[in-house]
Amino acid sequence: MPIQYYIALAACLFCIGVVGVLVRRNAIIIFMCIELMLNAVNLLLVAFSKMYHGTAYAHDVNSTAGIEGQLFVFFIMVVAAAEVSVGLAVIVMMYRNVHSTDVNFLNRLKN
Amino acid sequence: MGTTQVLFWFLSALALVSAIMVLASKNPVHSVLWLIVVFFAISGHYILMNAQFLAIVNLIVYAGAIMVLFLFVIMLMNLNNAKEPRKNLWMQLAGVISGGILFLIMISVVRSSADMVNRTAQLKEGSIGLISALGKTLFTDYVVPFEISSVLFLSAMVGAVVIGKKD
Repeated sequence: MPIQYYIALAACLFCIGVVGVLVRRNAIIIFMCIELMLNAVNLLLVAFSKMYHGTAYAHDVNSTAGIEGQLFVFFIMVVAAAEVSVGLAVIVMMYRNVHSTDVNFLNRLKN
Repeated sequence: MGTTQVLFWFLSALALVSAIMVLASKNPVHSVLWLIVVFFAISGHYILMNAQFLAIVNLIVYAGAIMVLFLFVIMLMNLNNAKEPRKNLWMQLAGVISGGILFLIMISVVRSSADMVNRTAQLKEGSIGLISALGKTLFTDYVVPFEISSVLFLSAMVGAVVIGKKD
């Protein structure tokens, strides 16, 4: 499968995530759009890893070229899981203080 | 058109449509359910590229654990019947336009790069995505980041408890 198709798909998913962060006001949905962007980047990393492995595979069947990309995806998932646990705790605290998850109410630093 | 092409286009269309539905649905619970569909489609792409370990981890960690956490928080705060006030229409339009411009820039960069011409992502072949190869690399070359990530998890857990504690 040509690599451009995967790049286009990942760019499309990433831009949908960006539009979601800009358009929606609910903090939880903004958080979910960040997850969407992380997953677009993960998909692109796996596609690039398989691209580099494909060129190395033609010369040597036992080569492990491109395996770092998939390990980076694993570490991105680890960091994302930690980020979600802390971020949801922050959102719950915000809901407890202002009784809403609307990000427009977060203007305590303004005055 | 072979089976893999059909699967690729089907999974891509499924991912894009459900990603748009994440934004479009009014109810946050529906957004979470559409996001689970996106994760299933992306896992299908991983399986198509023979990255089976990442596909399973994606399903377990994202579609299983993280989305359950999101659903739990939404249910806990009882948000599904709360009315979300509409944002200013001009602000929404500006958000969509700036996202579209970002997309156009990315696509034009990819189209103008001579590096990516005739490069293909290998499907179905190659064993680097299997857990034996990944685990061997993870526990030889990347064992220090792996251990550091456990410390990261511990600190995230302590941080979540400290933030959520009633004072």
